[in-house]
Amino acid sequence: MISLSEILIIAAILFGFGIAGVIINRKNIIVLLMSIELMLLAVNTNFIAFSYFLKNNIGEVFVFFILTVAAAEAAIGLAILVVLFRRQKTIEVDKLDILKG
Amino acid sequence: MNFIHLIFYAFAIAALVSGFMVVVARNPVHSVLFLVLTFFSMAGVWILLRAEFLALILVLVYVGAVMTLFLFVVMMLSINQVSEREGFVKYLPWAALMMLVITGMIVVVVGPEHFGLTQMPAPPPEGANFNNIANLGAVLYTDYAYAFEIAAVILLAGIVAAIGLAHREPRDRKSQTIEKQIAVRPNERLRIIKDSK
Repeated sequence: MISLSEILIIAAILFGFGIAGVIINRKNIIVLLMSIELMLLAVNTNFIAFSYFLKNNIGEVFVFFILTVAAAEAAIGLAILVVLFRRQKTIEVDKLDILKG
Repeated sequence: MNFIHLIFYAFAIAALVSGFMVVVARNPVHSVLFLVLTFFSMAGVWILLRAEFLALILVLVYVGAVMTLFLFVVMMLSINQVSEREGFVKYLPWAALMMLVITGMIVVVVGPEHFGLTQMPAPPPEGANFNNIANLGAVLYTDYAYAFEIAAVILLAGIVAAIGLAHREPRDRKSQTIEKQIAVRPNERLRIIKDSK
């Protein structure tokens, strides 16, 4: 049978790819959003693996809500990105420094 | 190494390779398509973990809706591909270091000596009438009904925010400006011209 630690290790490697994508992509903010999706996928896999091995449905309920919130987040993020591109004509992360914060 | 193990490793290796390609692909469209492949492979892993409903939701909602939205936006914002990879080599060591440190720490914690089959034995296989969707729905509509309604409100807020942000005012169409019409005063509108005949 598949053991829990194999699934957790694969989710950890996917999470690491997501982190590397956030650090490495300074040119395209869409790839950065996709790296965040990759990290969310890894976390959801952890929830489902624990839910299966502990014979408990609540982890799957959590994944359901994470998927809902992530879909709303992707929609709003891409809408903000479209407006940003319309105003600034660029989506490079290094050039988005107009907020004087 | 039985048959299920083999299927699991096929899906897992496909997910890892395509997840790596999401990060390093040169073209953003290729990144989106590799992310779709990652989602498909992880949906296969989720089905092996008896989460059929969530795996199908992942394929339908994520691949069908969210990734299509990503693909539309990538193709709509036609950025030039030439100046894409300037910081790639510069940040590559830091990204590799962060990934190795974080992944290494997680692997040390969740390794086979803590979460192996002896510590966490696999649950017995379910009977023929096992229904994942019914089990999930029984919890979702009773204990988590309030959270379920909040999720619906979040989706509604997402719709309103996305349309409100990305909707462009029609410029090529003649339309009334209501507030100017209401705020107008008679002496701005009436002009009396004396006829000097």
